[in-house]
Amino acid sequence: MENNIVLGHGSGGKLTHSLIKDIFYKYFDNSILLQQSDSAVFCMQSENLAFTTDSYVIDPPFFPGGDIGKLAVCGTVNDLAVAGAVPKYISAAFIIEEGLPLKDLEKIVESMAAEAKNAGVKIVTGDTKVVNKGQCDKIFINTSGIGIIDKNNEKINTGETIENGDKILINGPVAQHGMAIMAVRNFGSFKTDIKSDCASLNHLIKDVLDTGARVKFMRDATRGGVATVLVEIAQNTGLGITINEEDVPVDENVRGMCELLGFDPFYVANEGKLVMVVHPEDEQKVINAFKNNPLGENVSVIGEIVESHAAKVVLKTEIGGKRIMDMLAGEQLPRIC
Amino acid sequence: MKHIDEFRNKGLVKNLINKIEKISHYEVSIMEVCGGHTWAIQKFGIPSLLPETIKLMSGPGCPVCVTSKSFIDHAVAYSRLNNTIITTFGDLIKVPGSTSSLEKEKSKGADIRIVFSVLDALKIAENNPQKKIIFLGVGFETTAPGTAAGIINADKKNIDNFFILSSHKIMPPAMSALIDEGVKINGYIAPGHVSTITGSSIYQGIPQNYNVGCVISGFEPVDILQSIYMLLMQIYNEDFKVEIQYTRAVKPEGNVIAQQAINEVFTLADDWWRGFGIIPASGLILNSKYSRFDAATMISVEVEKTIEEKGCICGEILKGLKKPKDCKLFGTVCTSTNPVGACMVSHEGSCNAYFRFNS
Repeated sequence: MENNIVLGHGSGGKLTHSLIKDIFYKYFDNSILLQQSDSAVFCMQSENLAFTTDSYVIDPPFFPGGDIGKLAVCGTVNDLAVAGAVPKYISAAFIIEEGLPLKDLEKIVESMAAEAKNAGVKIVTGDTKVVNKGQCDKIFINTSGIGIIDKNNEKINTGETIENGDKILINGPVAQHGMAIMAVRNFGSFKTDIKSDCASLNHLIKDVLDTGARVKFMRDATRGGVATVLVEIAQNTGLGITINEEDVPVDENVRGMCELLGFDPFYVANEGKLVMVVHPEDEQKVINAFKNNPLGENVSVIGEIVESHAAKVVLKTEIGGKRIMDMLAGEQLPRIC
Repeated sequence: MKHIDEFRNKGLVKNLINKIEKISHYEVSIMEVCGGHTWAIQKFGIPSLLPETIKLMSGPGCPVCVTSKSFIDHAVAYSRLNNTIITTFGDLIKVPGSTSSLEKEKSKGADIRIVFSVLDALKIAENNPQKKIIFLGVGFETTAPGTAAGIINADKKNIDNFFILSSHKIMPPAMSALIDEGVKINGYIAPGHVSTITGSSIYQGIPQNYNVGCVISGFEPVDILQSIYMLLMQIYNEDFKVEIQYTRAVKPEGNVIAQQAINEVFTLADDWWRGFGIIPASGLILNSKYSRFDAATMISVEVEKTIEEKGCICGEILKGLKKPKDCKLFGTVCTSTNPVGACMVSHEGSCNAYFRFNS
């Protein structure tokens, strides 16, 4: 067997077949995939389905706290879960630069399989293309996912039930993913122990929804960070949001690095954080559910929906001042997911 | 974080606000002339805490914002030359020139690289001996020593493919020019980083000649509020002088080694500031000893005619005469995604800070 990916691995011939058999089937192993047909065929019994897609181009593909494979599963699982869906099936398409070591591909695929198992989803169909050196950077992955939505949760996706007085929560400290990537790129030549928060949030979300709490809206705060999610909520609902800067958790090492490099943690990407809007009477119920799961144990109520300053997010700063929080223009840091 | 949290302490902030409220009895105008201060004032929401009698204005403290459009046009022209690599701080990439920007040229294939230090640019020059590397030297006394160090290094190592396009400027002439032009200023929050290099004496003319206060400030909320308090004391007691609030970083004599580097490499020249026009002896150009590193004289290039935008009031904003909201373009035609004027581009520009925090 070759040690590196060559163009032949994408030719559809023998090399492609051995790649599929020796790597993809071996790790993704499930009965739908092993039907080996052009389409995955399965049955889903629900009136409401959620369907999403995302591409992953992160540089570098291996980083503290995860790798591009884990990210490609978590990201799509989370996009489904925050829509109120139970993620079920995932597709995985790979665009690989010739020369990628096969053992790297195997590591990535193994990591995808482990995360899929952890999240309780099946990778049921896929595709592989190999491009010339320089035509992509090592490996790009696209995943699409499909999930089912319970009747009780069908309004979460739009946030149409959000109203004044609702509370806004986050499941833990922000900005870890973006800063971990920054550190691993050796930016400023210093070392840190910051790890990406890359994680599938579907079980955590299920724990909360199972309490019967009135969850009005959820969004995973990926690129653009928490600030972008909050501004989107304010703009889409036309309601005001007040956030207390002091209540937004940021780990000390992340805060230090952000200060040093001039990044605002509110705008730095996360891969395992969700912003949740809940009915004020259910706040405690939700907090309890979060706290019983390691991915939510540092939950914090960061603000609320208010009647004043319509469609705007106002931040009460850590010194007691007030200012507007807006979306980020342009990228703080490219190719982070 | 030690040495930061103390300067963001809510109790200290409250205490200072109370003291400011107590002594403030008529309207005063205070201007900051450092983009870092503009940013911090907006980020922490300081204006929302101050009494209405204190008017904060943002001056020409963002180096990108005061850089002339013809400088960008020049850089764009260089980026179109074959075998040429432009190295620059990231802020400059998006600044619109007359018909293009470095960002647009980069997307068309020009070799434009963002560096974090002039020494990175020098390394690129060493690694690409067959190409010409041009570093865009922008900034005040804070970044000028870095550029100077790069040139001194290039000279020592005999690197002959490294050039500087300098738009370096010094701050005090602009501070005087503002008052000369009739902008009503009672006190300056003087720049912190510039002063770590220059020391405090460069501002002596401001209190002496104009009866305007001057306090060199740090960048945390407690620093800024304490500086405002110190300025109010000077103003209300009519005791104008240069004081250092930022004592943990700024020494009266400054950083002598950095000053020597500037003096070794640069000489003063008249320079064009956006919004001001020419300010005499306010720019730093390479002196004759180092002129072989001067892109402007060593590499000839045809530069397009400068076209100024219509309706953009960056000039008046830089002088503190108008607020970003007074501009017809602000927030509509000119946004941080599609900046028209330089003040909207840089993270330190007043329009950008207002757009993000105070819109």
